[in-house]
Amino acid sequence: MPGTYIPSDYLPVLITFLLAAAIGMGALVVGILLRPRRPYAQKLTPYESGNPPVGEPRYRFSVKFYIVAMLFVVFDVEAVFLYPWAVAYDKLGIFGFVEMMLFIFILLIGYVYVWKKGAFEWE
Amino acid sequence: MVPLSWYIILSAVVFSIGVVGFFTRRNLIMIFMSIELMLNSVNISLVAYSHYLQSMRGQVLVFFVIAVAAAEAAIGLAIIIAYYRNNPTIKVDEINLLKG
Amino acid sequence: MDMSSGFSLLSIRPIVPELTMICTALILLLLDLIVKKKEVVAVVGIAGTLVALYGTLRLYGFSEPLTVFSDMFVLDGYSNFFRLIFYLNVILTICISLRYMVIEKASFGEYYALLIFATTGMMIMASASDLIVLYLGLELMALSTYILAGMMRKQPRSNEAALKYFFLGAFSSAFFLYGISLTYGLTGTTNLKDIAASLQTLNITGNPMVLLGLIFMIVAFGFKIALAPFHMWAPDVYEGAPTSVTAFMSVGPKAAGFAVLGRVLFSAFGAMQIQWDSILIPLAVITMATGSIIALAQTNIKRMLAYSSIAHAGYMLLGIIAGTPGGLASTANYLMIYAIMNIGAFAVVIMLRREGFQGENLDDYMGLAKSHPVASALMLVFMFALTGIPPTAGFIGKFYVFMEVIDAGYTYLAVIAVVFSVISAFFYLRVVMYMYMRDPREEVALATSPSMNFALAVTAVMILVIGVFPSVLLDLVKFSIPGLL
Repeated sequence: MPGTYIPSDYLPVLITFLLAAAIGMGALVVGILLRPRRPYAQKLTPYESGNPPVGEPRYRFSVKFYIVAMLFVVFDVEAVFLYPWAVAYDKLGIFGFVEMMLFIFILLIGYVYVWKKGAFEWE
Repeated sequence: MVPLSWYIILSAVVFSIGVVGFFTRRNLIMIFMSIELMLNSVNISLVAYSHYLQSMRGQVLVFFVIAVAAAEAAIGLAIIIAYYRNNPTIKVDEINLLKG
Repeated sequence: MDMSSGFSLLSIRPIVPELTMICTALILLLLDLIVKKKEVVAVVGIAGTLVALYGTLRLYGFSEPLTVFSDMFVLDGYSNFFRLIFYLNVILTICISLRYMVIEKASFGEYYALLIFATTGMMIMASASDLIVLYLGLELMALSTYILAGMMRKQPRSNEAALKYFFLGAFSSAFFLYGISLTYGLTGTTNLKDIAASLQTLNITGNPMVLLGLIFMIVAFGFKIALAPFHMWAPDVYEGAPTSVTAFMSVGPKAAGFAVLGRVLFSAFGAMQIQWDSILIPLAVITMATGSIIALAQTNIKRMLAYSSIAHAGYMLLGIIAGTPGGLASTANYLMIYAIMNIGAFAVVIMLRREGFQGENLDDYMGLAKSHPVASALMLVFMFALTGIPPTAGFIGKFYVFMEVIDAGYTYLAVIAVVFSVISAFFYLRVVMYMYMRDPREEVALATSPSMNFALAVTAVMILVIGVFPSVLLDLVKFSIPGLL
């Protein structure tokens, strides 16, 4: 029945979602309505362990994180190709196996290159 | 069942958001994210078509698009960082060394 | 079903040149870790390209196209001819960049590996008979050239060039993908031949969505080959990138872009020629006009050559507009000649660059003929060729494109193109005039090297030989892509 399909198996999940959202939002709304509001300057400053705040709240990450993240993304996404291959492994046979080994070998060259360039060293 | 046209409209809307973002944003990272948005809108429509046509080609292409987008992200961010090292700005209006 | 039963080593024969190039690039990456001298890396790169060239020549004789990977990849005369352009491009680029990259303090081994990777991407593009493979080849080429443009990491100009190239390139890739997805959704396939069949059987050649998909793809290719109004990135990127990379990417990606434009339009959308002609004709006229007229105002020679390459893209497009096999062959012929003369011109520009001297302004060419008569004579040949003056190859290239477009009934386009060729003579010959008729302002020393001399000799000789004996090249073109007049 196109157009009228309702995935009823997921109905409990949806109800859970709605309940969770309602309870969370409800608690906040009740808090806003019931609590006394008497703001003054001291109260509105950001809280940092009782001390006056030091420095900017947003600080810059070292660029080293970027290299790690970049390598992770590249090698991580390549793993995507392993899944369809693994699923169809029986049908692909030795041809598929050799192709995948070649693919991994090329990745390995990239890995060796990155390693020798010192991208894995933190300092 | 959600009809095919909904997916196609969603994809077109997301793509348009990406195009508008590309032209109106002034921060390099935001422009970059607009491009990613465009690529992902294509993925939505490819998967929708693939399901509708019962053909695998669309999904195969989606795999490749995801992989290429990762490589593109790595290279794009590398270029942004190389740029930032020499000129500490990522605002597009201030990138004006080459013109004429 | 066991796919291995249908597989034999012979069936991957068509991709042997690509495999050779990929192996070469990977070897270069590893070699660079061991060997300190970058010249070794460069020589191995050239050697690998020559092996791939040998493979292509061995595969050249087949009259039937060879297909592989379920018709996703096709090897025919068309793709073989374009491969020759790419080999020539990468070998000459390596020759002219050896000393230059040292002067720019950007002599990395990765540079050569990336040149080979980009060339492999172009080869895949020229052979792709499926939009998926086409996309992968395009991205392999594009991602490599983004990095190449930013190779001079310490120079803000190069950073900025890479940045602009990357953003506009990624933007155009997204357009290309959207075009693919529309075409796929409407025809149910990504194979170019099957798309053509689907368009006929479903009778949707007049469908506006099909046309929209086609327009998206043309826009994306327009970015790659720098057609106006999608050319805005080209002058900035050409000026900021290392000059050797500018030479490389003013030829390679443009040739690859035309190769896929020709193949997609002819084999997938051949039934929609009226529609795509009505898009391409205004683009060609705007491109010729923009390139020729804005180049007049340039004072930086790299920028001037960038606008000149935009104008040339307009002329090349005429062959595709003609819509005949002969027109396609004339475009391929033009691209080969353009590759030779453009790399030659950039080689002279590179020679003027040395430590502490940019040598990119037109003023730097003043009186060059007095101090360096040979270099000036070579530049004269390249400028004459780019203008299209008869004894040079540039004339042959333009002549055949114009003949084909007239033969297809677009005489007015040929007239417009001739007019803009005449306008372009002003800025090309201005360089010649500066060299021969002005007094030198300061002493200019040239950064020569044996490989540079080799590249200059090869390009100059080829331009003159093809100009005087055009059949040398034309026979090859006619053999590869039958149909040229």
